[in-house]
Amino acid sequence: MNGKAAAAGMDGDAGSARRRPAVPRLRFEFDPVRTGSPWWMPLAAVFAALAVCAVFIAAGGTDPLAVYKKMLTGAFGTRFGLTETLVKAIPLLLCGIGVSIAYRISFWNIGAEGQFLAGAMAATAVTIYMPDLPAVLALPLMTAAGIAAGGLWGLLTALPRAYFQVNELISSLMLNYIALLLLDYVVFGPWRDPGGLNFPGSPMFTADQSLPAFGSTRLHFGLVFALAAALLYAFTFRHTRWGYELRLIGANPEAARNAGISLNKHLLLVMLASGGLAGLAGMAEVSGVAHRLMYGISPGYGYTAIIVAWIARLHPVGLIVSAFLFGGLIVGGYSVQTLGLPSATSEMLQGAVLFFLIAGAAFGMIRIRRVR
Amino acid sequence: MNEPHAVEMRRICKQFGALVANDNIDFAAKPGEVHALLGENGAGKSTLMSMLSGVYRPTSGEILIRGRSVNIRSPKDALALGIGMVFQQFRLVHTLTAAENIVLGEKSSVWRGASWMRRKTEEIGAVAERFGLKIPVERPVWQLSVGEQQRVEIVKVLYRGADLILLDEPTSVLTPGEADQLFETLRQLRDAGKTVILTTHKLREVMEIADRISVMRKGRMVRTMNRYETNERELAQLMVGRAPAGVMRPAGRPPGKPLLEAEGLTVEAGKGRTAVRDLSLTVREGEIVGIAGVAGNGQSELAEVLAGLRPWSGGTIRVCGREWKRASVRTAIESGISHVPENRMKSGMAGSLGIVDNLLLKTYRHPERSRFGMLRSRRNRAWARSLVERFDVKAAGLDTPVRQLSGGNQQKLLFAREVDRDPKLMIAVHPTQGLDIGAAESVHRLLLELRAAGRGVLLISEDLDEVMQLSDRMLVMFGGTIVGEMSRENADRERIGLYMAGLQDAPGEEAS
Repeated sequence: MNGKAAAAGMDGDAGSARRRPAVPRLRFEFDPVRTGSPWWMPLAAVFAALAVCAVFIAAGGTDPLAVYKKMLTGAFGTRFGLTETLVKAIPLLLCGIGVSIAYRISFWNIGAEGQFLAGAMAATAVTIYMPDLPAVLALPLMTAAGIAAGGLWGLLTALPRAYFQVNELISSLMLNYIALLLLDYVVFGPWRDPGGLNFPGSPMFTADQSLPAFGSTRLHFGLVFALAAALLYAFTFRHTRWGYELRLIGANPEAARNAGISLNKHLLLVMLASGGLAGLAGMAEVSGVAHRLMYGISPGYGYTAIIVAWIARLHPVGLIVSAFLFGGLIVGGYSVQTLGLPSATSEMLQGAVLFFLIAGAAFGMIRIRRVR
Repeated sequence: MNEPHAVEMRRICKQFGALVANDNIDFAAKPGEVHALLGENGAGKSTLMSMLSGVYRPTSGEILIRGRSVNIRSPKDALALGIGMVFQQFRLVHTLTAAENIVLGEKSSVWRGASWMRRKTEEIGAVAERFGLKIPVERPVWQLSVGEQQRVEIVKVLYRGADLILLDEPTSVLTPGEADQLFETLRQLRDAGKTVILTTHKLREVMEIADRISVMRKGRMVRTMNRYETNERELAQLMVGRAPAGVMRPAGRPPGKPLLEAEGLTVEAGKGRTAVRDLSLTVREGEIVGIAGVAGNGQSELAEVLAGLRPWSGGTIRVCGREWKRASVRTAIESGISHVPENRMKSGMAGSLGIVDNLLLKTYRHPERSRFGMLRSRRNRAWARSLVERFDVKAAGLDTPVRQLSGGNQQKLLFAREVDRDPKLMIAVHPTQGLDIGAAESVHRLLLELRAAGRGVLLISEDLDEVMQLSDRMLVMFGGTIVGEMSRENADRERIGLYMAGLQDAPGEEAS
């Protein structure tokens, strides 16, 4: 054979089968089958986000380590900080579970914010139109109204998708803005507190309309709702027939159809549940924390919940942990204001975490191999 | 050796994880020959071709093109070496014209005006004409027949200057008539000095077209020989490793009551296409009815309707004497129909879920499996374990994602699920596609066991040998309807071929 003589080869790489290059070349292979990224990926994303944000904080002339330390102690270091963190974790956990249910069947609900607001408004409506109910009636009614309104708001996304193939990403996002404007309308208009010195908010709730708090803290009964929801979520997916059907739809909708499962029916049910949980979060926020409906009632819980869900990989225990951490991030963001930084620092961190999570998932599909 | 081989592959190994797809393969093709790579599905033919075309890289071994050692890293490298591949699934953009598809990906020019396109179209026409390939270059691809699309693919590789042309299972989608036309083309290519390598598992084709034949079995090269040195019988033996006896098929009892009766069935497939028209068939207890036909003649749609997945627009369906009112998977499941769909991972299984969850798919509603809305997990696991043992499914554990099982084990699992339900009627679509011989035989045995137990089987397959081997009655589907029916005794390969090509009209009644 004259093969060896022709080592010059095509494209200048012939013969490399025999000669080892001095520096091992790396080759990137795209492998979309490799979807599962390693367990440490969410942690790595958090650390990468901290590192990148540190650059920006340092560029602003502040010591990033001092900022992170301040955030940490502000969120978890004191009794007050800790309960505040839990207060923020409640809506994050409820909304996070809500979107997780939808994501389990690959329904990309990003409308938790709107569903949250719908729930908050519905709960407030009960206090406005039935102001004199006793607590035993008012609170269950407000809870039911919150869940129902959130669920219906979710259905507004699910119905068009089920029957007209309307993309849920767009419709759920748009509905967020509709809910937000509706909130503005009611707090600036018909529901504005007449004795509130023009403050855009409803009248303060009475004690009968407020969720009980734990001791003297701001931590309220909503925590029980959130933990119960996490438990129910875990149990449903693990042990119930409905959970099995949803797992099947999530894993392979075509196979689910083959099992005689109606995809549309479950889509509607899932969005009822998903929106309902976000609505419950909205109810808990007005009744347990703000004690009124007001302008800017949500600092973006519904959006942060999406990150919470992804960082937890939709896992119930993970959701509890990540909701707690992100609650701490929000509270920590407030505490760095004493260092002269805006509270938006925490939003920057949130955004960076999501960015690295998504990047991590994409890189999870790439295999690095040394070229021989 | 004076003249170098067009291609030579030396000691090629390819591993996918633990699976050895190619084990120490030596292979060579001379310039200007049609070389057939023969082997069962899963013998490693396509893997070997993929390494030539740059889709995969060998784990070890050496590839020489025209006597030079090369390193093929990508399809682009392959093309630069004059290697062009025509894949089994065509890589064409349906909304573009044939000519546009051919120039797609060409980077020579940024500006692509009308005159550029006209010039390219002329060049393409010239290439096509030189090799006697008739293609309508100006027509969008979706309007072309499968044979024409394949010709577009061939012109594409020729236009890009390939002189080594690889075809992966080129006839699997063609009617016999189209296949003849393809062979004519291949001969012309050979006469023009091109080297053609094609993979196939069809013996008759090999004897018709190939100059030399290499037989592969289970990832190894068995032998390479000239066509005139061998015959079909020997090739078959080399391919399967022994005389292709198949499974023993015991004589059945006379068929019993009708289980499935379809009359005048018509199915619309959307976009004005009628997939099934005026089709009637009956499956009785204790018989296997085989449906042969080239893919895309309505078999898939028929199976989907009978599984309750697709609505029909005309005619009646009766299962066990009871008429179906509308398409419903639940009704199909409850009336005792089992369905092995054609693409098991696409529609039969949930790849990321474990064995237990996949076994539950059809029966999770049964009180044995779930109660008060809750799965009876412990009981289900024990049941799943017993099925895994009974059907000899090899898996690491009950929670292993079924995606990680081999094709044969996946199919065994699917059959375990469908057979354990004790179905009255089994609809099996391409049940042995992609399986090795051992797994295929166990599938055949299961189908025959169902028949012996007095169940009905409707077997839809593109593998004519399989249909002929198992069926009590054979139907041939063409253009959405049954064009030929024959009993086992009267089955005649040649006539089935004519029916499959739509060349013979419905015959006089010959069935028993």
